[in-house]
Amino acid sequence: MPIMEIVFYLFSAVLVASALCVVTVGNPVHAALFLVLSFFSAACIWMLLQAEFLAIVLVLVYVGAVMVLFLFVVMMLDVGPSRAASRIGAYLPVGLLVALAMGLQLFMVIWTRGLESQVMPEPRPEGYSHTSEIGRLLYTDYLYAFEIAAVILLVAIIAAISLTHRRRPGTRHQDPGRQVQVRREERVRLVKMSSDGEER
Amino acid sequence: MLTLAHFITLGAVLFCISVAGIFLNRRNVLILLMCIELMLLAVNMNFVAFSRFLDNYDGQVFVFFILTVAAAEAAIGLAILVVLFRNRQSINVEDLADLKG
Repeated sequence: MPIMEIVFYLFSAVLVASALCVVTVGNPVHAALFLVLSFFSAACIWMLLQAEFLAIVLVLVYVGAVMVLFLFVVMMLDVGPSRAASRIGAYLPVGLLVALAMGLQLFMVIWTRGLESQVMPEPRPEGYSHTSEIGRLLYTDYLYAFEIAAVILLVAIIAAISLTHRRRPGTRHQDPGRQVQVRREERVRLVKMSSDGEER
Repeated sequence: MLTLAHFITLGAVLFCISVAGIFLNRRNVLILLMCIELMLLAVNMNFVAFSRFLDNYDGQVFVFFILTVAAAEAAIGLAILVVLFRNRQSINVEDLADLKG
């Protein structure tokens, strides 16, 4: 099955190269666009691993929503690339040292534990839906966690709005405290008048 | 033949790149947030690979939850960043040393 190896090495090369570009370009707009590319290649590799639902969710949610949010904020903040790119070399030695040490440890664990002899199991028979299997798990075993995830998203919405919302001076808005404290005399005036209304 | 070690190695390489990126980009909080997203992607790669090779769908369900929490984190982090820039006119990490003794 050499086609799978070709696809894997192609997309992982794109993924690693674009991840390297994300951390080195310095310009936030370019970094966000390289991050889009790396998410897209990761989605293709997940497709190779038969996680179709997650691959599509990664493209829709990340490329479609989160990265657009990042780009919005980059444009709003108006940070120049020259300021961000300067002094990138000051932390290069310590960053490389930590990354290389961590990578060495990870490789030692991965390639000595028999993971390289674990081959991919046979694919499911044709017509088997991985997505409906995930859906079944989500709505049975993980229902409670699923509801908590919904609450987390709600908290994120409220937090993002309440953090960035501000009242500009001069805008008109209601004051509920004064609204509930209003008395009848301020709103209604009773006028004495005769019932036929001719003589006033 | 593709084995589990190939996919886990890819995740490890991604994770190391993003750790190095956090050290390199000390000037810009936005790129730090992007590095955190890249780290979460590396972890998700491990989950999906184990889910496929062990033939168990629980890993994919966990990736789903990680994606949810990561989206919430990105939204709140960017909101904090906008408020920070509004108050300080800077997102440089080195300018934010008020708590340093």
